[in-house]
Amino acid sequence: MEQTLTARALHPVRLTEIRIHGRGGQGNVVAAYILAQAAFEQGRFAQAFPSFGPERRGAPVSSYVRLADRAIQRHCQVRNPDFLIIQSQGLLHVAGLTAGLKPQGGILINSARDLPELEAEAADALESRNVIVLGADALATGILGKPLPNTALLAAFLALTELLPLNALEKALARRFKGETLERNLALVRAAACEVPAGLWREVAHA
Amino acid sequence: MLEALEGSAAIAKAVALCRPQVLSAYPITPQTHIVENLASLVADGQLRAEMVSVESEFSAASVVLGAAACGSRAYTASSAQGILLMTEVLYNVAGLRVPVVLTCANRAISAPVSAWNDQQDSMSVRDAGWIQLYCASNQEAVDTTIQAFRIAERCELPVMVCVDGYILTHTLEPIDIPTQEQVDAFLPPYRFSRMLDPLRPISIGNLVTPEYYAEARYAHHQALLRAKDEIEAADRDWAKVCGRRSGGLLSVEGPDDARIGILTIGSVLGTLADAREEYPDPPAKLLKLRSMRPFPADAIRHACRGLSDLVVLERALSMGSGGIIGAEVRSALFGEPNPPRVHNFAAGLGGRDMPLEIYPRLLKAAEAPEPTRFAIMDVELQKLPETER
Repeated sequence: MEQTLTARALHPVRLTEIRIHGRGGQGNVVAAYILAQAAFEQGRFAQAFPSFGPERRGAPVSSYVRLADRAIQRHCQVRNPDFLIIQSQGLLHVAGLTAGLKPQGGILINSARDLPELEAEAADALESRNVIVLGADALATGILGKPLPNTALLAAFLALTELLPLNALEKALARRFKGETLERNLALVRAAACEVPAGLWREVAHA
Repeated sequence: MLEALEGSAAIAKAVALCRPQVLSAYPITPQTHIVENLASLVADGQLRAEMVSVESEFSAASVVLGAAACGSRAYTASSAQGILLMTEVLYNVAGLRVPVVLTCANRAISAPVSAWNDQQDSMSVRDAGWIQLYCASNQEAVDTTIQAFRIAERCELPVMVCVDGYILTHTLEPIDIPTQEQVDAFLPPYRFSRMLDPLRPISIGNLVTPEYYAEARYAHHQALLRAKDEIEAADRDWAKVCGRRSGGLLSVEGPDDARIGILTIGSVLGTLADAREEYPDPPAKLLKLRSMRPFPADAIRHACRGLSDLVVLERALSMGSGGIIGAEVRSALFGEPNPPRVHNFAAGLGGRDMPLEIYPRLLKAAEAPEPTRFAIMDVELQKLPETER
């Protein structure tokens, strides 16, 4: 029998947990994987996984990211995320969208509309929450030529939280894309990061 | 090298590093990404192997059986109904004592149809005569896959590497992928002593009469018991190469003076390890059951000395009886002086989440005046018709 001796940690692992909502086929899991990869590139510990089960194109799906200051051993679901990233405003009507979100947690939404409009439409989900709206589809269409919101949302999220420097995201993108596609994604990172107040969610993210 | 990888991609890389010559599989969620990744490695020329596409899991298992019997290092993977459809061949692979490695991406069994994780699939074939090793993390899945080929080939027995579907296979995390040199140094080329060879003709799979069948079963049973040494040795020797152990047959972690132990299997161990940091009192030991077959009864007896209570948590059950691991642990402890009380629970069935909070509940259960012989946790009876409660 083996006796494994691991040093007891001085404190329980400190985690930042993120839930990403999207529609099946829109790169929901890819967004989570890129964010975790970015953390890895920065020497942080991270874990990313989809909502488990059958994959259904077009159906509301979610994926999860954990960022930590040391190795993450748990493999349970994220129940109380610190942040939500919502890839499409159409999901605002999905029941339970903000379920479990910590009271001080932030919500980043991809939408062409402004916050008062969204709040009027989805008061249940957004009322008294920290919400930032980013027109990620338009930004992506302008730079990539296609309304693919992931890169812009992740860049804005990192700008808001300062959880990782933007160049960590750029390194993660460089692992996935090459040539002109990569160049355009990098341009999108810089453009999207300027669209949100830098460090607005820093305190929540580093609590 | 440490990489951020999806569990399935890491397992595929580990398989490829073992230089298999024949791969065959039929896709089934959550195993699919493993064989998709392997197919890509073959198509891209990074892995020189024959990838045989088949129409069912029955054929996939048959292909790897034939290939390994002919002297090829062979690999397959499946889940849930795929494992069940293979079952006849699984018994044949083992009974013919042919070394093959199979990854079971654990998934619940139908009916009712579930696409989610539990371990009923591999537990259902625990008596097929295979070595069964369960992985607590993706790193262990990588390391155990590599060890599995050596164990299989040295013992001339097939090895099933069980990895929790989705929970591990679909999770991206930092995983160390060893180098080709490290794996080559650990795993020599495959030489099968009873290889089918037209120049030295032999016949395998013949009818065995009552005069010999019991002897064949005896020999197979003994071979599995002897495999314990190879499983321990493979883990030890691989640690010399990469510095990591996956836990031999059974590993124990926790303070020496702990009186409570939790014995469990698979990916929930990481969750319990994190939980123990949040709930340090009372102190408890975590017993990781890595080898379900051969069953490490001696190691369990040894690990339970000094414990007053042992909670056995499993992700499958034997309907009409109760816990599978729980029953075997009780059997192992029977007749021991002052054995711990054994409390047995199944949880995480059909993808039900096992959060950190399960840990203090298990410790609380250990305080019950009468131990729970077996219970499924968190069954909400109001969801059932009156007659089923």
